Amino acid sequence: MTKAGTTVAPAETSAPSVRLPRRRGIELALIVLAVLLSVYGYCAVGLAKNGSVPPGAAGYGAGLGVLALIAHGAVRLRAPYADPLLLPIGVLLNGLGLVLIYRLDLETPGDRAAPTQLVWSTVGVTLFIVVVLMLRDHRVLQRYAYVCVAAALVLLTLPILFPSVNGARIWIRIAGFSIQPGEFAKVLLAVFFAAYLATNRNALAFSGRRLWGLQLPTGRVLGPLLTIWLISVGVLVLERDLGTSLLFFGLFVVLLYVATGLTGWIALGLLLAAVGAFAVGWLEPHVHIRVQDWLDPFASIEAGLGPNQLAQSLFAFAAGGVLGTGLGLGHSILIGFAAKSDFILATAGEELGLAGLAAIFLLYALLVERGYRAGLALRDPFGRLLAIGLASIVALQVFVIAGGVGGLIPLTGMAMPFLAQGGSSVVTNWAIVALLIRVSDSARDQYDGKETP
Amino acid sequence: MARYIRHAACFCTLLLLALLVNAARVQVVQARAHGENPANRRETIARYGRERGDILVGGRPVTGSRDTGEQLRYERTYTDGPLYAPVTGFASQEYGTSFLEHTEDSVLSGSDPLLTPFPLWNDFTRSRNPGGNVVTTLNRAAQKAAFRGLGGRKGAVAAVEPATGRVLALASSPSYDPAALSGNDPRVGRAWARLNGDVDKPMLNRAVRQTYPPGSTFKVVTAAAALDAGVIKDVDAPTDSPEPYTLPGTTTSLTNESEGCEDLSLREAFRWSCNTVFAKLGVKVGVRHMTATARAFGFNDHSLRIPFSVARSTFDPTVDKAQLALSSIGQYNTRATPLQMATVSAAVANGGQIRTPYLVERTTTDDGDTVATAGSRPVRQAMYPATAARLKELMAQVVTEGTGTNAAIPGAVVGGKTGTAQHGIGNAGTPYAWFVSWAQGERDMEPKVAVAVVVEDASAVRGDITGGGVAAPIARAVMEAVLNSRY
Repeated sequence: MTKAGTTVAPAETSAPSVRLPRRRGIELALIVLAVLLSVYGYCAVGLAKNGSVPPGAAGYGAGLGVLALIAHGAVRLRAPYADPLLLPIGVLLNGLGLVLIYRLDLETPGDRAAPTQLVWSTVGVTLFIVVVLMLRDHRVLQRYAYVCVAAALVLLTLPILFPSVNGARIWIRIAGFSIQPGEFAKVLLAVFFAAYLATNRNALAFSGRRLWGLQLPTGRVLGPLLTIWLISVGVLVLERDLGTSLLFFGLFVVLLYVATGLTGWIALGLLLAAVGAFAVGWLEPHVHIRVQDWLDPFASIEAGLGPNQLAQSLFAFAAGGVLGTGLGLGHSILIGFAAKSDFILATAGEELGLAGLAAIFLLYALLVERGYRAGLALRDPFGRLLAIGLASIVALQVFVIAGGVGGLIPLTGMAMPFLAQGGSSVVTNWAIVALLIRVSDSARDQYDGKETP
Repeated sequence: MARYIRHAACFCTLLLLALLVNAARVQVVQARAHGENPANRRETIARYGRERGDILVGGRPVTGSRDTGEQLRYERTYTDGPLYAPVTGFASQEYGTSFLEHTEDSVLSGSDPLLTPFPLWNDFTRSRNPGGNVVTTLNRAAQKAAFRGLGGRKGAVAAVEPATGRVLALASSPSYDPAALSGNDPRVGRAWARLNGDVDKPMLNRAVRQTYPPGSTFKVVTAAAALDAGVIKDVDAPTDSPEPYTLPGTTTSLTNESEGCEDLSLREAFRWSCNTVFAKLGVKVGVRHMTATARAFGFNDHSLRIPFSVARSTFDPTVDKAQLALSSIGQYNTRATPLQMATVSAAVANGGQIRTPYLVERTTTDDGDTVATAGSRPVRQAMYPATAARLKELMAQVVTEGTGTNAAIPGAVVGGKTGTAQHGIGNAGTPYAWFVSWAQGERDMEPKVAVAVVVEDASAVRGDITGGGVAAPIARAVMEAVLNSRY
């Protein structure tokens, strides 16, 4: 660590040349590029729809740019060794999301979502800055593991007290704003899982009995973990938000595997998942319909009821083809309800084509990869598990929703990270990026030339 | 732990690959199938996202497009909708298209590949061509005269140019305004239900889609068959016909409207429209010859497109002698569209040659470049030129001193034939009044127009229902309009 030994000989033995370059200039350049791309998209929408550059283009660019630059300043100040790709990817995805929402707003003049989304993005970036500035070392979080899990459970339980919206009981409405507390719970649970597994991974891996080749841990170790997981999943089933449920389960299994390395966990996890999915898919009508739709997206057309949302989504993707129709020139608004949130990717697919969609997927992949890389480079188990957990949240979430709207897996309502309309989601994703920045800064700061970060 | 992290990273890579492969599956492999799915509105939105091309009559559009600002943006409008409805048809966002709007849809909607400036240009730019225009052969004045002449009575008028086959007028009455069907709001649904439920069938194009017993106008064909077959060598020789004529093999006797048809020559029998003479003549010519001649005139042909399809006019080839006698005077199973009878008249006027009728002169791009022209149409000899010349003379006589004097135009040679067709069970229905004719202006080298008029409910005393009383004045108005046109 830099604080220790600033005076004498040891400092000279560790040669200054092994310190990694900070690469803040690269980050700045990439941020400028990300902002310019977003402004370009904004102008392209206006030119396609109205034949003129939208009047707010300069303001939009300036706002996004200033936010990104302040965030960049915070990183420069407090996390100088952080990975230079994380922040630009966040800015680009958030900017692109705003463009797509603005574009869909033009089709629904009575219901404008982009200004609200911009406010939430500002809140998100502010949270990012606060986290980067205030959280000097990620290991501090380990101390608050149980506070985190308690908070997560409260957040998950809260919406049960509020009326359900569109078949899911996951929102709370305060003063005109609707908040999805489950989104915040993701990060808190990731922190808790990482802290708990970091402490107990040896006990989990090596104690307990062997049964049919599986290493079963003692109930004392496994108990709390399983209980918390069951509670959170139970709450979600009650709230009918199966996307998040699936996400938590995946996160749990991935972290358990990374912490213990026991393939038995994977087998057990997949078995549990299969049983759970089958049971829920059979018993819960809400989910049963989704599975039916996935198996035959065009059944409603053949029944003479017109295309359902999934069919419309597939039509939108197909209309895009390889190169897309161009921003502002598609008809993804035909999807109707949730076109700006869960189905935002269909708009990207139609107007940017397979090329644009692949680019977006690769941006997410890059974000995840940088998280994994930080996890590999770190020494402390908590940091490692935290980085893997946060990155896996993004990976799983992208897969669940992108696979859902693309007809790869049954559709479960969930927000596309950064792109989709939804304040809680944007704020949470900025928190994830902030934590990844913090973790990657630690990873590269600790670099001693032995293992490539 | 690093090893397990790498395994987890591999898992994430698999998820990414699955997403990319799935995206390629939907956006490339299945793209065409999804795009062509009838439930996918994109094609419809694109179709109505541009102004539709226009249908031109006499160089001026009779159609237009209106920007509604809705999802399906442009709606069809029509100037003088009811007047041109039998030609244009409708272009509805709800109920599809009909007639020229239907057959020329690819040009009008801009989807015809011939409108593209370069091959594959549209595939590359993902753009659509502006709709092209359809230039019709119609004569504005003749069309107006025909529609005004019908005056709301059930009936139809078809007029063609004998030397070319260009359709000059195609009117049907009662008509409707196709603009009422253009949009997609509830009023369109109500208009559709009302028009389809109307007992007068205003959407029926009577000029080409309705067949009528042609009655005495069919005697032109019978006369042609008799002359061509050599059954009549001299039009002025007596025909040895009894009055009344007992149909062969039956005890039914056939009478005439007018007295004194016994033993008349072909010339006189044609002039006074003697049923007995022509019934006996048809039997003498025989089924084979009668059928062959009728077919040469265009009967029994279901393949005619002008470019929309024309109902098949029929002459039954499987008749016995009594039925043949009736068929030869345009009764029994003999049925013809007004366009078919105009073609018969045109064949006489054009020296026995029939030019297949057509309605589209050419199609152009929206800025007027020709895309396709009608080109020269197939020609068919319906009868010997000598036969045609003699028939021309006979038809002219009908107008100068026979049943068709109402069609006479000062300073022009006009030939015609009246008809009064019985129909209904026991011939109880009000007879159809027919008139077929052609006209040649005094400065014209050849007849300029051939017309057929049918009026269904000529509700008047029997004497006036005859083609000469009701239908001939309409034909005269149309012929005058054509002869007076400068083009």
